[in-house]
Amino acid sequence: MRPEPTPLRVSAAEPAKEMSSPAPKRSRQAFPFSALVGQDEMKRALLIAAVDPSIGGVMVFGDRGSGKSTAVRGLAALLPRLAAVKGCAFHCDPVSDAGRCAADCAACAEALAGQGVIELIDTPVVDLPLGATEDRVVGALDLEHALTRGEKRFEPGLLARAHRGFLYIDEVNLLEDHLVDLLLDVAASGENLVEREGLSVRHPARFVLIGSGNPEEGELRPQLLDRFGLSVDVHTPSILADRIEVVRRRDAFDRDRSAFTAAWMADEAAIREQIVAARERLPQVETPDEVLEAGSRLCMTVGADGLRGELTILRASRAVAALKGSTVVSIDDVREIAPMALRHRLRRNPLDEGGSAARIERAIAELFGA
Amino acid sequence: MTGSAPPADASSDVWDDACLIAALVAIDPAGLGGVSLRGGAGPARDRWLAGFRQGLSADTPVRRAPLNIPDDRLLGGLDLAASLSMGRAVAQRGLLVDCDGGVAILAMAERIETGIAGRIAAVLDQAEVTIEREGLTQRWPASFGVVALDEGIEPDERPPAALLERLAFRIDLNGVRPETSFDDFPDAEDVAQAKDTLAAQRQAPDWVVEALCTAASKCGVSSPRGTLLALRAAAVHAALNGRLEIAVDDLAAAARLVLAPRATRSPDQEASSQPQPEPQSAPEAGPETDAQQSAEPPQAQAEAPETKDPGPDLSNTTPPSDIAVAAVQAALPQDLKAGGLLAVPARSAPSRARGEGGGVISARRGRPLGSRPGVLRPGDRLDLPQTLRTAAPWQRLRRQALGLLDALTPANDATRIRVRPEDFRIRRFIQPSQSTTVFVVDASGSAALNRLGEAKGAVELLLAKAYVSRTRVALIAFAGANAEVLLAPTRSLTRAKRQLSDLAGGGGTPLASAIDAALALALSERSKDRAPRLVFLTDGRANLGRGGVPGRPLAEAQALEAAAQVRNAGVASVFMDTSPRPQPNGDRFALAMGGLYAPLPYVDASAVFSLVDSLGPARGVGGVRGAA
Repeated sequence: MRPEPTPLRVSAAEPAKEMSSPAPKRSRQAFPFSALVGQDEMKRALLIAAVDPSIGGVMVFGDRGSGKSTAVRGLAALLPRLAAVKGCAFHCDPVSDAGRCAADCAACAEALAGQGVIELIDTPVVDLPLGATEDRVVGALDLEHALTRGEKRFEPGLLARAHRGFLYIDEVNLLEDHLVDLLLDVAASGENLVEREGLSVRHPARFVLIGSGNPEEGELRPQLLDRFGLSVDVHTPSILADRIEVVRRRDAFDRDRSAFTAAWMADEAAIREQIVAARERLPQVETPDEVLEAGSRLCMTVGADGLRGELTILRASRAVAALKGSTVVSIDDVREIAPMALRHRLRRNPLDEGGSAARIERAIAELFGA
Repeated sequence: MTGSAPPADASSDVWDDACLIAALVAIDPAGLGGVSLRGGAGPARDRWLAGFRQGLSADTPVRRAPLNIPDDRLLGGLDLAASLSMGRAVAQRGLLVDCDGGVAILAMAERIETGIAGRIAAVLDQAEVTIEREGLTQRWPASFGVVALDEGIEPDERPPAALLERLAFRIDLNGVRPETSFDDFPDAEDVAQAKDTLAAQRQAPDWVVEALCTAASKCGVSSPRGTLLALRAAAVHAALNGRLEIAVDDLAAAARLVLAPRATRSPDQEASSQPQPEPQSAPEAGPETDAQQSAEPPQAQAEAPETKDPGPDLSNTTPPSDIAVAAVQAALPQDLKAGGLLAVPARSAPSRARGEGGGVISARRGRPLGSRPGVLRPGDRLDLPQTLRTAAPWQRLRRQALGLLDALTPANDATRIRVRPEDFRIRRFIQPSQSTTVFVVDASGSAALNRLGEAKGAVELLLAKAYVSRTRVALIAFAGANAEVLLAPTRSLTRAKRQLSDLAGGGGTPLASAIDAALALALSERSKDRAPRLVFLTDGRANLGRGGVPGRPLAEAQALEAAAQVRNAGVASVFMDTSPRPQPNGDRFALAMGGLYAPLPYVDASAVFSLVDSLGPARGVGGVRGAA
């Protein structure tokens, strides 16, 4: 028998602000996203997730040193700021009702009544450090409160902090299996349930899960892989000029972070505007029937089981159309995102030389012409 | 290495470089990542460490991390004693935080778990330690260099690739006799001076970047980290020599010390043996990508023309990239120079994901692997200290909830420790004894005619299965004169896939050699505490004896003899007959090996699965090892 979840209580005497554990400030400047050389597919996948968080997460596989972490950490600086209810531990959206925290969150109630204070916050991009313990991930009782006052108070964890934003796990394959399962469950349901010391807390946790890993260090279980919306493979650049540019930019960044970041500000702003515009456009983007059909046929041809593939193609191609400034999805959009939407959903075929990507390319060429 | 000690001058060259590396790392430990010092404990290593420390100022922290140090010691965690006595959460700094501004020495680095290497790598990348542990959220600055003491002997016994890749240098002290050489370690004063020079340097000129990138790409150093570290090493080398600008000497030193150990091929064999990889799927020319491409970074364009000069004093001599390439070339290991394509191990050791990602986690046996919350089931072992630790902070709360804090409570009730099931911490162990499935595939002419394709199909299924259960796989193919280990035991499906697909059929059937090779591999796996299983896919028509001697009767006799040795060694095996119809030969071999016999035509995919699965790691006839 599970006790009925007690909604999180915020007593009037305490300022609700204290509730949230202080998110550490981003201490070091991240390498600008726009300054990454090449890696277009990875960048596109991350932008798609930024435009449509319902895409279901992005998994980035790649060689060492190919800029996986750099891209994700750089994304944080690009994301537009969010309007949030001030004082709510879960920085709820003051407008939308979806994914709101417990009904008796004082701050949210006030906001709903039109009296709350709304603040602009950075879109959370939470880095899950290796070695994180479960209690900090899902949230637990506030240790300090238990020690000093003998009081039960819920202290939100990383999942709460990542609500409405991104949760990044570098080296997913090094994370303990039970933590990965838990994260995927919460990511899919959008809700986190914690039961500790007789206290039961349910809170929204809608976030885009981004994982990265190196297949040479052990692979991910297929069941797990399938639950990511998009999957991209990154390689270190093979063209000399690109490699020189990578090294040159990184060196310049390491020498003087502020100056480098300043030099790329305009490019960063352009991408940020692109994301904002695409988000606004997204609800209006139409998907013609023949494009829908093409997506389904593609899934059938490559043998991607289940509806998840088709759904992802639909969403990702819409997002990519929106990013391009279009309001109608074209076959080209599907062609562009199909590899990342399907690559990880195919039955493994160790004998196929080119791997999944080549099978998808072949199917695309067959169906839509070269 | 072919046994004989290297000549004295080679040894002194290595030692000179080792001294130089000590100086460079002392000047900029964090920027260079550090050094992997290979060689057992001994005078050479002690001398190097002492010389290295001599270059560090007295206040530079140097901490030694024992092998597989737990997270709370490495990164930090809750200081329970202090927390309880002070009545608030007190964080305890980890070893890596204490290393800030100095050096972390990692003992027995070749045995570090991938998980721990990953944590250290993350700290090296971020220059800070972030913890989300035991109710604490903390962030501390931590920039330091690493000295990894690698005591590995076998070529594949080396520090995890994720760690190695972030350290600029590698020194191999095996066979080095420092007593015959002159020690040229820096003193703290030189180092301090060089630090100042380094800080005053400007961004590296383009010709240096281009030269290093060219050299890296010609020698197959694919990760940009290698090149970036080389660039940093060139700058530090310049600073050591009092230069504000990188010179040709610095470039050559960086290429020799940083790029050469990472080389996967010799620069002059580039064209012949490793064609330039095709550009990855040329970017689709969508309107948006076009716009992005053409929106070139403003500053890159502006800078290009002025900084393009190829170094003042070299305009009409050897181009700098050739100097870098030559420096790498001169320092390459013999086998690479001789034209052999260096196998993967030089760059990244075969997958050895141990720790959380792999290994068999067990409740009872093996090496301790911390504990985790869970329901206590029969057979589980409770981690009592950890459980009490978990329960401790909540005692006041619990007593209060039970109303035990008032004056009327009997004293023993009030002080009794209240442990709840949610506090339970279950001990976990990692069993070193994993299994390795060795596929021995017949690629001979007769097999190719018959069913090489189907054999590959069967292997594919088994690979997928091995992939799910995360065991290791190895691949041996035999055809023509001998049998060849195509894939050393690995957990990487990607690599197994690649090898298998390249397998072409043709030639005779040297079955005896194949069984010999498989047994040798099996025994070597067993010595590493992994249980081997052999899966043969062949039609069993042996027609070549050992050493490629033709003749069916001889070949069969030798094969039977080899099979008997498999049985004697107690290695589990299955013999999958790939001939068009079952034939007595196959059965005979299976019997001789003490293994299972499975005629492929009658065995469908799922049966293949369960068959190999039923070959528990320990089911053999002969000497049974380990428990089921």
